[in-house]
Amino acid sequence: MTAIIEGSVIEVRGLTKRFGTVTAVDDATFTVEENTIYGLLGRNGAGKTTLMQLLTGQDFATSGDIRVFGQSPVENAAVLQHVSFIKESQRYPEDFRAKHVLKSAPWFFENWDADFAAQLVDDFRLPLNRRIKKMSRGQVSAIGVIVGLASRARLTFFDEPYLGLDAVARQTFYDRLLADYAEHPRTVVLSTHLIDEVSNLLEHVLVIDEGRIIIDQDAESLRGSATTLVGTASAVDGFVGAREVLHRDAIGGLASVTVLGLTAQERTDAAAAGLELAPVSLQQLVIHRTNTSEKEFEVSA
Amino acid sequence: MDESRPLFVQLAEQIENDIISGVMAEETQVPSINEFAAFYRINPATALKGVTMLVDEGALYKKRGIGMFVAEGAQARLTTKRRDKFSTEFVTPLLTEAAKIGITSEQLADMIRKAAKA
Repeated sequence: MTAIIEGSVIEVRGLTKRFGTVTAVDDATFTVEENTIYGLLGRNGAGKTTLMQLLTGQDFATSGDIRVFGQSPVENAAVLQHVSFIKESQRYPEDFRAKHVLKSAPWFFENWDADFAAQLVDDFRLPLNRRIKKMSRGQVSAIGVIVGLASRARLTFFDEPYLGLDAVARQTFYDRLLADYAEHPRTVVLSTHLIDEVSNLLEHVLVIDEGRIIIDQDAESLRGSATTLVGTASAVDGFVGAREVLHRDAIGGLASVTVLGLTAQERTDAAAAGLELAPVSLQQLVIHRTNTSEKEFEVSA
Repeated sequence: MDESRPLFVQLAEQIENDIISGVMAEETQVPSINEFAAFYRINPATALKGVTMLVDEGALYKKRGIGMFVAEGAQARLTTKRRDKFSTEFVTPLLTEAAKIGITSEQLADMIRKAAKA
């Protein structure tokens, strides 16, 4: 533990992972700062899980460099004892019950909070004595969420942790995460495609598409970065001019166009030109941006 | 919270509303950053940004080791600020919409007078 250095929690440089001819992670370079909630966003198959497996030392990189707490995470207990990785497809030993998971968790996590875990068991109404293989999908997910929260690891990955959890349980997860993070700051990487649900929790956003990091930006500036303009096609096109257009819809003589980075003056001008301005949610933005790069990819391929 | 403006701005406006309406009285303590974050379901860093904005404007002030308080005179200052912005935020859009559907300023003034009486 003495070897753990302060500074960036994760530093990744030129990270690439190939499976045969498929490049799952493509030359990724980014850092993850301490005590921040990150969203790792992207479509299914974009490379989110592979990236997290590499960051937690569960897979070997084809090339590039990974530092977690300043060291390589591969077979490195000094690093991994501070890392909690909650996977969508977590497997448990045959005949395991939830109580067995909660009893063994403190062996792996020095910050394990048994009282907090017990409270979460109540919150999620988890049957402790039921065999895990007899549990519903949502109950199995709840075990992962509870372990991820109560482990209070310095670095926690949640990889689509909510499969089968209903809307109420997901809200409980977000609320407990936020409250506990406020009390016990730590680094959390939340991988999800339910972007609208978690949008307000995130401080920083990483978007991965086709294995490449295409957005690495703080959530606040990202949220305000795009605007949708709606009006007559001629008014819209007149205003948009040579701007980069993320998305365009047209119906009859009307057009709806999503553009990046409007200044306050430009917004006033657009309104004066008779255009309606609508905000673009983080989810819509990610959808537009990942579609765009897909098209670029098809053109260049 | 909606998507139209930055979350920290919306939080700051919400606190301003509570100060203007007197829900948060001057010289009383306001909730902590973590309480704001939990209540509005936003990241604590975002909540901090919103509260810091109000501290910079002098609407809130920090008592070391105790917490954040509403400043003396904040209610009057914020009310004045809102009045100054009233024209651009409410009157201008009203006139724009009225012009779009052919309502003159006189007709509009008439409608306002009638609605105020009702």
